[in-house]
Amino acid sequence: MSRIVMGIESSCDETGVGLVRLHDDGTVELLADEVASSVEQHARFGGVVPEVASRAHLEAMVPTAQRAFATAGLELSDVDAIAVTAGPGLAGALLVGVSAAKAYAAALGVPLYGVNHLAGHIAVDTLQHGPLPAPALALLVSGGHTQLLRVDDIAGKITEIGSTVDDAAGEAYDKVARLLELPYPGGPPIDKAAKNGDPTAIAFPRGMTGPRDARFDFSFSGLKTAVARWVEAAQRRGEEIPVDDVAASFQEAVADVLTAKAVRAATESGIGTLVISGGVAANSRLSSLAAERCEAAGIELRVPRPRLCTDNGAMIAALGAHVVAAGCAPSSLDFSANPALPVSTVSL
Amino acid sequence: MLVLAIDTATLAVTAGVVSVDRETGAARPLAERVTLDARAHGELLTPHVLDAVGDAGHGLADLDAIACGVGPGPYTGLRAGMVTAAALSHSLGVPAYPVCTLDAIAASAEPGEPFRVLTDARRREVYWADYDAEGRRLDGPHVDKPAELTPAARVLDHEQPTPLGIVEAAKAAILSGAQPDPLTPLYLRRPDATEPGTRKRVSTS
Ligand SMILES: [Zn+2]
Repeated sequence: MSRIVMGIESSCDETGVGLVRLHDDGTVELLADEVASSVEQHARFGGVVPEVASRAHLEAMVPTAQRAFATAGLELSDVDAIAVTAGPGLAGALLVGVSAAKAYAAALGVPLYGVNHLAGHIAVDTLQHGPLPAPALALLVSGGHTQLLRVDDIAGKITEIGSTVDDAAGEAYDKVARLLELPYPGGPPIDKAAKNGDPTAIAFPRGMTGPRDARFDFSFSGLKTAVARWVEAAQRRGEEIPVDDVAASFQEAVADVLTAKAVRAATESGIGTLVISGGVAANSRLSSLAAERCEAAGIELRVPRPRLCTDNGAMIAALGAHVVAAGCAPSSLDFSANPALPVSTVSL
Repeated sequence: MLVLAIDTATLAVTAGVVSVDRETGAARPLAERVTLDARAHGELLTPHVLDAVGDAGHGLADLDAIACGVGPGPYTGLRAGMVTAAALSHSLGVPAYPVCTLDAIAASAEPGEPFRVLTDARRREVYWADYDAEGRRLDGPHVDKPAELTPAARVLDHEQPTPLGIVEAAKAAILSGAQPDPLTPLYLRRPDATEPGTRKRVSTS
């Protein structure tokens, strides 16, 4: 008998409610994926403001859930289990989703699973590409995360291989966009500008690629500073900034480091599947370079469609379904959100 | 009728069940669970709701209405109570009525002189509202420094509302059977956020 899992996400600036069907054969089918975003309210601040995000989550939570049930053509009473992002994320934002999920679980009398947001970014791929081979490697890139993860079991065993030591990749995009007077969030406008630019015009540094650097960690702070220095120097000389070339060269540096390290990690561990997820996964240069390098290395590349890559409730419902299928124990109703939840904790 | 009371606008995590007589309006508290811990709103509220309803000898499905404090409150946990009320309302199909938390405190006032309700707003400020002798709100809610307030004849020093007070403050609306007002938080303060000014140069020369 198939089971319906509701997923609730509120770790950053998207309020998401997803509904999936867990089939008896373990496959997970997407039924609804409703998201309310507060991104426009953060634009003038140049980054996510936690209090603004939390206020928006409170307003959006129940309306988003109502839309999800309407889209799926389901009743609340059809739900068999609920999963909610327990962390990592913004404390005040997580609190809204966790509180709502507890209330829904109590009212519906169904088990609740507090799950890991990062694992959700990986699990979402199974909605599009089917069961994930084990082991798999995952590269998560967004405004909040830059991580290389080894996935032995999506419902239970995920290990961090590397992560950023400073800025997240998406953060670097936002900062460089601001420097180039492009709108927030920076990913899409830089990607667009880069299409008309020359990626070899400026040799920006590749962070953390020296012989003594941690082999699978990332750093984007130096790159961001290098872009700032280059732009300032051009301004001092009274030159017009070649926005397209700067964007293309910056984007090339980011995509180069991310894909080189991911492919190397997969090759060295003998892992044949790479999943790239998170908001930056939608970046055109990242996906084309990853495709090129994975093909050369004989690695299967899986990139969920852009709508699934950004934060949403479907990813949490998908992870919840895998956790339910694995027979994991539900979370106790008095658990608290953990803004620093480690990726090794897939469910509480 | 059976009314669930919720408030997380103060440092208390408050849940209780109150029976309200549809004819006379008489309200009687049946059970409550209150924990004083501002960091536990998200952890404890739903367990408290379940325990209070259970202690009252009922299940969540027996509830007829929810009354929820909507602040003002300085804690991020204010939203825990409100989203819990909203999600319970959605999933149980019962109305959720907003209550100004200061009104819920005022509902427990002894009759007598006009009075003021004050709660801690942190950052060396207080939330306050003034009430007449019958407990009707005349002014507020506001947030101010204590030194900026005019003196009040009587100040209520309850730091958080009781479940009975929450339901009393919502009772007229509940008994009217009217569509509840939306659960809109009384923040009184704007979010702390500054728009970035001109960017700092990174070059030293
Ligand atoms: Zn994310």
